Amino acid sequence: MSKTHVTTKVNGDEVEFLCDPRETLLDVLRDRLGLTGAKEGCGTGDCGACSVTVDGRLVCSCLMLGVEAEGKEIGTVEGIAQGETLHPLQKKFIEYAALQCGICTPGILIAAKSLLEKNPAPTETEVRYWLAGNLCRCTGYDKIIRAVMDTAAEMREAS
Amino acid sequence: MALDSSKTTGFKYVGTRPNRPDGLDKVTGRAKFGADATAPGMLFAAIKRSPHAHAKIVKIDASKALAMEGVKAVVTRADFAEGLTGEDWNILENVMAGDTALYDGHAVAAVAATSALIAKDAIKAIEVEYQILPHVTDVDKAIEPDAPVIRAGAADASVPEGLHPNVVRYYESGHGDVEAGFAEADLVIEEHFTTEATHQGYIEPHACLGTLGGDGKGELWCCTQGHWNVQKVCAALLGLETSQLRVTASEIGGGFGGKTTVFIEPVALALSRKANRPVKLVMTRSEVFRASGPTSSTSMNVKIGMKKDGTITAAQGIFRLQGGAFPGAPCDMTAMCAFAPYNLKNVHQVGYDVITNRPKQAAYRAPGSPMAAFAVESVMDELCNQLGLDPIEVRLKNASHEGTTANFGITWPRIGLVETLEAAKAHPHYAAPLKPGQGRGISCGFWFNHGGETSVSLAMSEDGSAQIMVGTPDIGGSRASMALMAAEVLGIPYENIRCTIADTSSLGYNEISHGSRVTYASGLATIKAAEAAVEELCRRAAAKWDIPAEAVYWEDGYAKPSGPNAGDHEPLHITELTADMGATGGPINGHFEATPEGAGVSFATHIVDAEVDPETGATKVVRYTVVQDAGKAIHPTYVEGQFQGGAAQGIGWALNEEYIYGEDGRLQNAGFLDYRIPVASDLPFIDTVIVEVPNPGHPFGVRGVGETSICPPLAAIANAVSNAVGVRMRQLPMRPARVLEALESKNG
Repeated sequence: MSKTHVTTKVNGDEVEFLCDPRETLLDVLRDRLGLTGAKEGCGTGDCGACSVTVDGRLVCSCLMLGVEAEGKEIGTVEGIAQGETLHPLQKKFIEYAALQCGICTPGILIAAKSLLEKNPAPTETEVRYWLAGNLCRCTGYDKIIRAVMDTAAEMREAS
Repeated sequence: MALDSSKTTGFKYVGTRPNRPDGLDKVTGRAKFGADATAPGMLFAAIKRSPHAHAKIVKIDASKALAMEGVKAVVTRADFAEGLTGEDWNILENVMAGDTALYDGHAVAAVAATSALIAKDAIKAIEVEYQILPHVTDVDKAIEPDAPVIRAGAADASVPEGLHPNVVRYYESGHGDVEAGFAEADLVIEEHFTTEATHQGYIEPHACLGTLGGDGKGELWCCTQGHWNVQKVCAALLGLETSQLRVTASEIGGGFGGKTTVFIEPVALALSRKANRPVKLVMTRSEVFRASGPTSSTSMNVKIGMKKDGTITAAQGIFRLQGGAFPGAPCDMTAMCAFAPYNLKNVHQVGYDVITNRPKQAAYRAPGSPMAAFAVESVMDELCNQLGLDPIEVRLKNASHEGTTANFGITWPRIGLVETLEAAKAHPHYAAPLKPGQGRGISCGFWFNHGGETSVSLAMSEDGSAQIMVGTPDIGGSRASMALMAAEVLGIPYENIRCTIADTSSLGYNEISHGSRVTYASGLATIKAAEAAVEELCRRAAAKWDIPAEAVYWEDGYAKPSGPNAGDHEPLHITELTADMGATGGPINGHFEATPEGAGVSFATHIVDAEVDPETGATKVVRYTVVQDAGKAIHPTYVEGQFQGGAAQGIGWALNEEYIYGEDGRLQNAGFLDYRIPVASDLPFIDTVIVEVPNPGHPFGVRGVGETSICPPLAAIANAVSNAVGVRMRQLPMRPARVLEALESKNG
């Protein structure tokens, strides 16, 4: 099957790739662009480990085709930190031990960042429902929720 | 020079909560997990799986697949070693079916191709002719007289005569006279309980990258809880010398016991050998559910007699475990854990390991114990309810403690069960009022914990920093614990230590990260390796001062003369001893290898409040408190994390999760949409209390903490729901329909 040429932006950088029309955006990110931060936990949009943003909107990259990235702006976990400065969420996740194995962490960080951009003062319930599409099997979510709430509070103070 | 770091108080680093050393890698996406590796010339593989629960494989025709553009190799059972016996044979049978497919999802062939899409297309082109055989997937049905025999001759010598051939192992123990004990009781309750198979549910599917040449030398990268075990098993299945296969453990995206065996690694290596190129093989989520190890399902009978004052007079349990198509269901563990919390005069327990047409069960966090606790602690709760007794007081009255005889025969060493019960009783949660529609549940739980073969190597650098090589994959922050323990012994900052998970060619043998053994055994070995380095550092100082080595001691990163007789010498800092180590005797290292056997057992007590919606039957856990004995918490935040994670998995097991098989023997819910694990909005914050009753078998008192946390939840939640609805819940999961049925039965 012939491949399609796609031009897109990932974490602010322009990239081009050729892909099979059946390849997902996640396949392209991982196998063609070498960005393995987004993970495939299920391939059916149920676990959120592959979360990325597309033109600012939170999506499961396993549910979108690579060819659909044409002309879009993609954001992945690799683009959250600014140079050596970590995003406040990244710092808090380390500080709170909000990860054990760390496989769900990239997706949860992307999803939590997306929440805080929309709602800088979420309640505990709002954080829990927003992150309900991101499975974590290690932590029981306790330290994740606390880390997100505390980041939100700190970012509010800083702004 | 006295070199024994043993202590349980007065720590400088142990017990603090620094950031984990691998934190940055894991929040930036650069940590490399199983599926994140690539190699030049790499092929992608896919596995052809049986759609039948039980079928003779008549013929496999791969000619059409091999003719496809981009397909480089196909393997079947013929491409693996012959003449294997014992567990190697069982694992090979599971990894690639021989003449019979034993469950829905059983591998029958595999393909390597130049892209993942081609590999997926190619497996569809492989034609397999099956002759369908009768199947059974239910534990009770599998031991009925007319049940199909899954594999004749699979039973071992433990099985008494006259049992169905699907009973493949049998366990029995106890002491006293249970019949006499029941006769003394004021109340005897006997109930039947069932639990369904649940999956460990790690978010990272099994993944590996294998390279194997015709010279018998190989490289394997994979996500595993134990890469030396992978090395040993893969070498056996492929007919290699063990040392010729180097296995590197990737970062691991959860395991919980499910990554203690091998599934796809030998297949990738066989394909690589045939294609002479590196091969990457990653399971889909559906394959993870269908063909990696869930836990056993169970059918259990428990009978307990109690006096009016709460004294248990006798206890008896029969535990039937369904373990899939191979022996190994932990029926002995279930039976042993069942009554472990109680000091019993009369006790008897029996376990059956039953094979069915399901995937081979794998360990899942304290394998076998949570189900036992569900049955036993439910009966305990019912006895307390009917006799009007406080559930914690009754447990305290009967609690196992140091010097009492366990239900399975050992004499308990120092254990912390009573301390967890006292802490639970004193916790504000236990006295908090309940709202209408809510119920409270209490349960104890027990796990053995494990030591196991362990090697650790430590090397000092010239600048006085240290690197540690350990062989137990870091599943939940263990690098931090190792660095804390080494820092404590060396007296250098935590940040000056780098802990690496060594590959199989860089360190001696290490058993799997299982049995809650890592902080205990690798921790003990790290402490001993650091002590060996300290001993050498003291020797170097002694040589500089020209005094005997015995006259030097180590304190807080300095070598010091031990008293006035040793002479008046300025203490030497570690950096002064490492800077010129090449000239004073060579590199300064420490290493330790042993099979430590002092893993301290661990007990926990959980308190749960559950609220049941009478309209829908849905249950919400509204408050949860874990109280567990950690011996000594090296990094308390990660200990809390283990407590919370075990509780959350238990909540899923109790309320939602189950393998559902159709009449056709096929798994009907092989995905996260239909197999629903708890999500953030399902759970409350999970409160934790770390009890510390030091384990005399570890220099700092550590007991493993990873597994015990999943032992009480099934029972605690079932007790909470039973108390909320007023009906004893004897079947898990307590899905809404089941709870509604219970409510309807009560309301008539």
